[in-house]
Amino acid sequence: MSLASLAHPRQDFSYGFLDAFAKRELRRRMLKAIAIPGFQVPYASRELPIARGWGTGGLQVTLSIVSPVDTLKVIDQGADDSVNAANLRRFIARMTGVATTTDTLDATVIQSRHRVPEERLREGQVLVLQVPDPEPLRQVQPDSSRAREMHADADYAQMWLTLYEQLVRFGRFMQGASYPVLVHGRYLMSPSPIPRWDTPALHQAAHLTLLSAGREKRLYAVPPYTDVRPIEFEDVFFQVENMAGRICMLTGARNKFMDELPVAEGGSQFRLSDTGYAAKLLRRARGDAATLGATYFDDEGHFYQPGVIREE
Amino acid sequence: MNGEPVTPQPQPHQRRLLPPRLVRQAPLLELRGLSKRYGRIVAVQGVNLELYPGETVGIVGESGSGKSTVLRLLNLEEATDTGTYHLAVPGFTGQNLFALDRFHQRQLRIQQIGIVYQQPHMGLRMQATSGGNVAERLIMAGERRFATLRRAASEALASSEFPADRIDDPPAMLSGGMQQRVQLAKAIALRPALLLLDEPTTGLDVSIQALVLDTLLRLRRERQITTLIVSHDLGVIRTLADRVLVMRHGAVVEGGLTDQILDDPQHPYTQQLVSARL
Repeated sequence: MSLASLAHPRQDFSYGFLDAFAKRELRRRMLKAIAIPGFQVPYASRELPIARGWGTGGLQVTLSIVSPVDTLKVIDQGADDSVNAANLRRFIARMTGVATTTDTLDATVIQSRHRVPEERLREGQVLVLQVPDPEPLRQVQPDSSRAREMHADADYAQMWLTLYEQLVRFGRFMQGASYPVLVHGRYLMSPSPIPRWDTPALHQAAHLTLLSAGREKRLYAVPPYTDVRPIEFEDVFFQVENMAGRICMLTGARNKFMDELPVAEGGSQFRLSDTGYAAKLLRRARGDAATLGATYFDDEGHFYQPGVIREE
Repeated sequence: MNGEPVTPQPQPHQRRLLPPRLVRQAPLLELRGLSKRYGRIVAVQGVNLELYPGETVGIVGESGSGKSTVLRLLNLEEATDTGTYHLAVPGFTGQNLFALDRFHQRQLRIQQIGIVYQQPHMGLRMQATSGGNVAERLIMAGERRFATLRRAASEALASSEFPADRIDDPPAMLSGGMQQRVQLAKAIALRPALLLLDEPTTGLDVSIQALVLDTLLRLRRERQITTLIVSHDLGVIRTLADRVLVMRHGAVVEGGLTDQILDDPQHPYTQQLVSARL
């Protein structure tokens, strides 16, 4: 007895697995989220055949925006081939008939966990980020109804107090991934646990970013060409992770976000976190045709928009 | 009562008496007909109050007489039932502050009102550093330069006589007197127009109490800050207050100059209060 004979045939489900009512609700919530950049819009998170916390928020958004003309890329920590990414990609492809790719340039919809691709996204592309905790004020205000009041009042002083405390105690900002950002000068937003390296990529970006938390039942968005500023002081600046001196062991790439691999003799080696980009670099090194897009950080580590990452 | 300016009619053969300097100025704070109920309990009933620039007014009364409620209402922490509240500060002159929206109430509270609570944990973040607690006031007012925050915090803490080497200790690690000094520094950091003190020295031992009172007296002398102090301790009131109001069951029963009220009380309750002093 095979799994296929036990499962429902695909035509028993509506297009994109979700029922029409759910998709309509999600699309309306997304429109609201795009209209109010950074504002968390509640929605009725549906049951899906994966567990809450495994990307159900991103999956619901992807399922309600893709159509058969789209091309889909799914990544998890930058990798196209991790179990989570592979399962999501297969499920979405089966339920929508959408073409899949690992090339950022070919994709129209990119669902991601914890990373923004190294290659610059362009107008018309949609980045869907899976969010475990949408509330950037959780650290300072455990009561979520009180946190909503603070968002309404734009009362974010406690976040800067946290930065002050970190500078006093440790001499630098301690927040790693999920660095809070101020969107369009108004709402404080958690950019999902992307590393600090990827945070500037959201600032004045050409693409649309949709962020969705399935377990917390909230989604929010960064529309194209919107200001996304990490919180910082006017005299102590936000910094991205220092990738200087880290060279990819496979491709020789430098000044990109690297995974650190400990080696048996001690020390560590580094490997590009973005596997789609790494595969293209390898293809080109072999002499095959590969189109490489412009990246957010060049090989000297400079961000493509000057002045976004401020220097001391 | 309540320090209503009484201008005597000048007689031709008499030397003209002017009311005191404080009274000739327009009041900084004007509170009229303040009432507040919690269910069937009447907390405050028809309280009127004026504060003139630079003066210190005390409110005395037993526990449950509504004096702390008056302070909370003046700090715009909760909604009142009836009453008007005017504060002669730039941008808010002539407006009933109880009728302002949340946003403007918050703006006013940050910029113009400083408060010191009896319990330090109500006014402080016990796990953040002392300097951070003071800096938060400035962050709320929009300051985003770390160096400025650091300098302003240490200046405010120094003026409340807080030891400079403990600026990075959290209030949870400090003694009660020190915690009150951090609260005081936080309250005066932005040079507010109005300072509210809610039993600032209650719970401190007598020697520390005297030191904190010294600091308050010095601040009053140096900054001429208008202060409302609530206490059941008549010694504190006699040391700090120019005028005093006596509250009982949510209403003001007597008011006047501190020495006059404490040395020659007229109302039976005030007499009882003064004679009950140890």
